[in-house]
Amino acid sequence: MLHRLTISQLTGQLARREVSSRDALEACLAQIDRVDPQVKAFLSADRADARAQADAADHALAAGTTHAQKPLLGVPIALKDVLCHRGQPVGCSSRILEGFVSPYDGTVVERLKTAGAVLFGRLNMDEFAMGSSTENSAYWTTLNPWDTTRIPGGSSGGCAAAVAANEAFATIGSDTGGSIRQPAALCGCVGLKPTYGRVSRYGLVAFASSLDQIGPFTKDTRDAATLLGAISGHDRRDSTSLVEPVPDYVAALESPGAGSTPLKGLRIGVVKEFQIGGVEAGVDAAVKTGIARLRELGAEIVEVSLPHSDYAAATYYIIAPAEASANLARFDGVRYGRRVDGADPFELNSRTRGAGFGPEVKRRIILGTYVLSSGYYDAYYLRAQKVRTLIRDDFLKAFEKVDAIVSPTAPTAAFKVGEKSSDPLQMYLSDIFTISCNLAGICGLSVPCGFTGTPRLPVGMQLLGRPLGEGTILKIAHAYEQSTDWHRQVAPLG
Amino acid sequence: MSDFNIHYVAKLARIALTPEEERTLGIQLDGILGYIAKLKEVDVSGVEPTAHAFPLFNVTRPDVVEPSLSTEEALRNAPAKAAGLFVVPKIVE
Repeated sequence: MLHRLTISQLTGQLARREVSSRDALEACLAQIDRVDPQVKAFLSADRADARAQADAADHALAAGTTHAQKPLLGVPIALKDVLCHRGQPVGCSSRILEGFVSPYDGTVVERLKTAGAVLFGRLNMDEFAMGSSTENSAYWTTLNPWDTTRIPGGSSGGCAAAVAANEAFATIGSDTGGSIRQPAALCGCVGLKPTYGRVSRYGLVAFASSLDQIGPFTKDTRDAATLLGAISGHDRRDSTSLVEPVPDYVAALESPGAGSTPLKGLRIGVVKEFQIGGVEAGVDAAVKTGIARLRELGAEIVEVSLPHSDYAAATYYIIAPAEASANLARFDGVRYGRRVDGADPFELNSRTRGAGFGPEVKRRIILGTYVLSSGYYDAYYLRAQKVRTLIRDDFLKAFEKVDAIVSPTAPTAAFKVGEKSSDPLQMYLSDIFTISCNLAGICGLSVPCGFTGTPRLPVGMQLLGRPLGEGTILKIAHAYEQSTDWHRQVAPLG
Repeated sequence: MSDFNIHYVAKLARIALTPEEERTLGIQLDGILGYIAKLKEVDVSGVEPTAHAFPLFNVTRPDVVEPSLSTEEALRNAPAKAAGLFVVPKIVE
């Protein structure tokens, strides 16, 4: 059952030389062989390269390198197909990037390597991270390890499903409007979106540059703290990355001498505007029980108001497509990826993009092009940027009263394959609780908080924190985990 | 949105659409534009736009050449290349 260990359990066993990194990797690969034909989380895995990395980690362990020096030494971790890993394919689950091999390592990949991780596998996603179910992948839909008739969430659905199915000890994804937290909730794992600027995006294929952040999927909060510490920090190659020191997130999890009320002194807000219905009954019940538990653990629960919440989705669906239309202009059939020839460059560009992009990507590029086009910029994009200021101010005002905000991560548990795929607007509304966090640039995580009745599907509780408040939300989630065993439950395909 | 012309905007976006795609996308985008029109309700007078979630200004580096991808590596993924260059259809007559 090696594949079911958390990172902290695995590094303990590696340090004591009870298991090798190679054993850990082989356990993941065997699990992939066993369950991935059903889950379909992995697009590919370079096994020979991964085995060489694991053997190198075992040599380093034998030579006396410790996890204090390299916190992820020997730990197999898989990547969303949006992160550049030198010599490996990067496709964003899109036909337009078919055959692309990354010529360089992104900063996160570089930092994971420095921390000793064994990086293997490319994980399925909605094409260019646009979607909430992985149904927009050009290749296939990943399925939920708790119920393979259902989606795993998205866009980082492969990341969440791989952790829930214990095919990797952790995975790294990206979150533009909920793409880490929503699939983590639907698959029953921990997912963290850091503060905008906390983690460098150099080597992340850009979707919406003022919203995108990279973050981890893990089996528990302690592992999320370990990974966040490994990937955070300033990078001169990403001009939006913050020049702020990286705290010891793992050490910050413990409250010395707190006993049975580790959250005493913390104030946690519930949002008045989120109490308007529309949340599935089983999700609502599990989150309410979770909030009651936070109170038992010593937190003071108070109501806060985010008056512009109702406008977050509309704001997002102007800003994100607008930025995407600019970012995805680089896929022109000239420098990389697929090409469909034409008589002139215009025809070549248009045919390439018509053939290479899937329906959702086309929808968003065209929407973004329209809201930025001459005569409409002020009415749509500029107005959305102003509403965004109001949304951010709402959060900053709320954080004068509270240390964190708690809500459901998603309004429903995992839905059936095909249930929402024909109605883009319905699909967009599945991100209703996660979107405003990206617009405000704050941090957020999802932690497992129970299950719906029948069918039994995981439910996630979202904690939102102040800018650079990752330590606080991790501490709350950790204290919550210590008092429950939701995060230890194993999926039928785990 | 009566003035949304899918054919024209798709051309601006350089995406060739089939007539069937134009029809479907047109209907779907009309619905989405109807939804995002609700932002018109918000009073934004005197509000500054937020371009970036965490304000940072004027991040620069010295204007000097630094190591980067070699020509060979930069061309490795190109669909058509020759003599160290990307090949495209004729642009100027």
